[in-house]
Amino acid sequence: MTGGEYVAAAYGVVFVFVLVYVAIIAAKLARLQRETAELLELAGRRGSAGDRPVA
Amino acid sequence: MTTAASSLRSLPTLAALTAGLMGLALLLAFFVAPEDADQGISQRIFYIHVPIALTAYFCFGLGAWKALLLLWKGDERYDLESYVAIHQGTIFGSLTLITGAIWAKASWGVWWTWDSNQLVLFLTLFLFYCAYFMLRFSLPEGARRARSSAVYALFGVVLIPISFLAIRLAEDFIHPTTFTRDGPQMTGTMFTAFCVSWAAVTLLAYVLYRVELAGKRLHSDLRELREALE
Repeated sequence: MTGGEYVAAAYGVVFVFVLVYVAIIAAKLARLQRETAELLELAGRRGSAGDRPVA
Repeated sequence: MTTAASSLRSLPTLAALTAGLMGLALLLAFFVAPEDADQGISQRIFYIHVPIALTAYFCFGLGAWKALLLLWKGDERYDLESYVAIHQGTIFGSLTLITGAIWAKASWGVWWTWDSNQLVLFLTLFLFYCAYFMLRFSLPEGARRARSSAVYALFGVVLIPISFLAIRLAEDFIHPTTFTRDGPQMTGTMFTAFCVSWAAVTLLAYVLYRVELAGKRLHSDLRELREALE
């Protein structure tokens, strides 16, 4: 390997690490969005059950 | 409940600033800074390797500081802040070891040498903080885990100045010393490129720290909300 290739490898590794990190964070964010939607649905169901008039 | 969303407001600006500074750092490192007479082009790894190593030290130090605050004030939020800072430290520590190994191969012809105190001490520090996660995840969540993790994180901080000063305390002829008592041993443009790279990497670490912390807080908030609803 030449000196230039070692330099490219060092900078490339940093770039890939940051990219993978951002991808992991994005995946976690997507999971949190799904959880939020689930909780909203749950809260909505609770709200509508609470509003129902007692027979 | 913490306001995780409110802490994210300034992040897009910071992320844009980080991207701009990173671009400027690369421009200075590759096109403005002169080529080193001794090492040639492989010396340009210095502009990414050293800032990453300094950032790793900073993250471990921040993790220890937050751990101290937890033990001192007893506020639970410091536990998460300490954990995230140490997590960032291990990420930047891994990058330090990888970029260092690449630079070592280019300059010394070997990926690693056990003869350099600087390398061995940094590896010790890195492995010490890797074990932090083993301790943390082997204990059930709660105040005991937070305190045990904090004490462990505080012990590790002792290794930071030793690792940082090892090159000066011992006669390490393998690992180069760029910053001496006479100042930085490089040209003005090289030093400028280094400073900009250091600022860019530090800002990158800060942005990643804030993003990860906000994600963890949001996760914690949602768990509390789920428990309240179920």
